[in-house]
Amino acid sequence: MSEKKNLGKVLFNGIIPENPTFRLVLGTCPTLAVTTSALNGLGMGAAATFVLVCSNVVVSLLRNFIPDKVRIPAFIVIICTFVTMIQLLMQAFVPALYEALGIFIPLIVVNCIILARAEAFASKNAPLSSAADGLGMGIGFTLSLTIMGAIRELIGGGTVFGMNVLGASYEPMLLIVLASGGFLTYGLLLGLFNLIVKKIEAKKAGKEAGAA
Amino acid sequence: MNEIVNILLFMVSCILTNNFIFSRFLGCCPFLGVSSKVGTSVSMGLAVTFVMTIASFFCYMIYNWLLVPLGLTFMSTIAFILVIAALVQFVEMFLKKSSPTLYSALGIYLPLITTNCAVLGVATLNVNNAYNMLYAVLNGTFSALGFLLAIVLMAGVRERLESSKIPACMKGFPITLVAAGLMAVAFMGFSGLV
Repeated sequence: MSEKKNLGKVLFNGIIPENPTFRLVLGTCPTLAVTTSALNGLGMGAAATFVLVCSNVVVSLLRNFIPDKVRIPAFIVIICTFVTMIQLLMQAFVPALYEALGIFIPLIVVNCIILARAEAFASKNAPLSSAADGLGMGIGFTLSLTIMGAIRELIGGGTVFGMNVLGASYEPMLLIVLASGGFLTYGLLLGLFNLIVKKIEAKKAGKEAGAA
Repeated sequence: MNEIVNILLFMVSCILTNNFIFSRFLGCCPFLGVSSKVGTSVSMGLAVTFVMTIASFFCYMIYNWLLVPLGLTFMSTIAFILVIAALVQFVEMFLKKSSPTLYSALGIYLPLITTNCAVLGVATLNVNNAYNMLYAVLNGTFSALGFLLAIVLMAGVRERLESSKIPACMKGFPITLVAAGLMAVAFMGFSGLV
């Protein structure tokens, strides 16, 4: 029972308390580059999640065999293998998405989230909880990218997932889908997230003080 | 003559119109992480320039002279990352021996370059755009100079930000990102140039 609870906690950890995009601020390049639409954000998140889960499991299985000194190159080769796999899969089955994400698919290799989780979590934990950690982090990453993509698509084009939401009379604000809009949206969302987290923590502290 | 003009235009476009940070979003992690002081950002920029130039050259050779003849082009990502990791290690050892001053100036930033997506990005871009060797190396050098320009400008802005009044929730990364967004708007002004 406690084992199950623990897994759930590990899984949840990546989604909100240690959300890679908004709390740890890792993997900023794909976050800024591919979130021009909600669908692109979702696709990038899904690809990264696949790589995260697989590489976490393999790193965790091999954690007692990889010598400490060469662990980083070993991790990179493991991650790279899965990135090449997802790259070929996407090229074959979702060519439109593959075109839209462009060079950011091979660049998943150098996404700091994946290497950071291999180093900080998978190399010290059992395969099952490593998979949960990878899945949680991946879901957190995917959610953030999809939310950011949806916001930019809505303001910059009046659509979400390609569906027209704001009506034909809406004048799209092109700046938001261009390069600068990525930085602006990310910065403002990060500020908002900080504000919310602080509010929740203050509430918690207040409750604890009241209970005591 | 025409070729020279083309090359010059290509250099300018690498630095300004196709700036790695502001229009391609490559190398954002060090851009955000190491841009708090002008001095360190210059060191980081120089280290990246150095590695990106050599990496473009070696990745070009590996791809065109080894992977293409063997029909292994799908292995390019693995090959490039290994080349870059080995190169960074080699450059580190070489600098330690030959120029200890430069080595200590670059410090921790040198090994960090392996996971800088700008380096792998430039190697992949060279392949995707089918550049010849001259253009590949120029792309590496001048894109990296664009990165240097961006990170130094950003460091200047951040030094000023430190002494200004900012709402608590916007301190640190959020305000830096907003500032970068405004700089990206400025860089968009170059888009009609080339």
